Amino acid sequence: MNLSISYNRYHRQIRLKELGEEGQRKLLNAKVLVVGAGGLGCPALQYLAGAGVGNIGIIDDDTISLDNLHRQILFQTADIGKVKSIAAKKSLQALNPEINITAYPDHLNTANCIDLFQHYNIIIDGTDNFATRYMVNDACVITGKPLVFGAVSRFEGQVTVFNAKDKNGNLSVNYRDLFPEPPKNGEVLNCAETGVLGVLPGLIGTMQAAETIKLITEIGEPLINKMLSVDILHNSFFEMELVPDKKSKEKIPADRSAFEKMNYEWLCGNYDDVKEINMTSFKQLVNTPGVIVIDVREEGELPLANEFPNIKMPLSTIAQHLGAIKEETVIFFCQAGMRSQQAAHLLHQYEKNQSKIYSLAGGIQQWIAEKKLGTYG
Amino acid sequence: MIKVLFFGQLTDITGATSVEIPLAADTDELLKNLSEKYPALNSAKFVVAVNKKQINANTALDLQSTIVLMPPFSGG
Repeated sequence: MNLSISYNRYHRQIRLKELGEEGQRKLLNAKVLVVGAGGLGCPALQYLAGAGVGNIGIIDDDTISLDNLHRQILFQTADIGKVKSIAAKKSLQALNPEINITAYPDHLNTANCIDLFQHYNIIIDGTDNFATRYMVNDACVITGKPLVFGAVSRFEGQVTVFNAKDKNGNLSVNYRDLFPEPPKNGEVLNCAETGVLGVLPGLIGTMQAAETIKLITEIGEPLINKMLSVDILHNSFFEMELVPDKKSKEKIPADRSAFEKMNYEWLCGNYDDVKEINMTSFKQLVNTPGVIVIDVREEGELPLANEFPNIKMPLSTIAQHLGAIKEETVIFFCQAGMRSQQAAHLLHQYEKNQSKIYSLAGGIQQWIAEKKLGTYG
Repeated sequence: MIKVLFFGQLTDITGATSVEIPLAADTDELLKNLSEKYPALNSAKFVVAVNKKQINANTALDLQSTIVLMPPFSGG
């Protein structure tokens, strides 16, 4: 691409003396892969496309839903049901037709991850679950790619750059240096369970785009060996220095073939001993003798579940109360059906399969959604 | 007293973004005291930073130390 043709488009940033024409040329030659076109991916993509990053890949096989739109700014109401990566490409190409954008409407897995990453210089993590985050981290270490990490929870976000060269040319820390082992499913709540203010991933995703631009153009001080934590409720920014942890190396698969054998879903405790129950079966069982329904949400979580009999047993302290459960059928529920799986797993381990244990799929949110649709009379 | 800052969902356990607790000699002792006060911290995942620097081993503390417990976030 002839840079002079696009001079007008990028005029305001070429005028920055730190960036200049040389920086713009680096952007146009860069290859950036964004994993996940969601709350973080959308704003990151928008600014990278606007800035003229010449080659952008987007991998996401998820489809757009109404409850995505408060934060996933590349999509319109009319896009509901479309595949995110393809809709994002269309939106970005309209913004900047002069760059190459590739949509991969695929599920990222250990079989396709390494090959895909090798086509790009920088990977951006815009995912929403630990299984994929650990897989992306490990694949970046194996392929030697810098990873621009962002994550959110309620009103707080984290941004950092993993596995990039520091000033001395040494590789910086990666996610395993902070958290060598992934949390189990339900140990840390996701956005569906805790909620998130739409502008938060907007802010964090935009900062990921800024870090990416700094890495490509080699200006400023990217968050290498540093993590920035942002709290938008109190306008506080906290930066901490990250240091390598020797346990990290043992946890990362040594090479491609070891990586391909990893089961990241299992590592994150997507338990195989847990039976989920759907709303129809739940409805049939809920008022039956010998059945107990247990709310494992913490104190104060809304909405209250008062439309069917249940008792409260918060997950944070459930281990001490498992002995009190005597019923032959036990149904756990929580906000979105993640923590209840962990509770079901704990009870299974505790009583060695004496009772029928279920986790309500989709949790109380699914109950409310089906009620609104009039599924129940 | 010494100041401990909590981030993310750890504040559900402590009910506050920061607490002041009696000075402990080192981080092992401090974490033991914290988990006695807040038992749910035992099953929580977090990284510890002293004076804005991640620690991976027991670290001595003094009255000027600031301690941070930072959990992983998964949302996107």
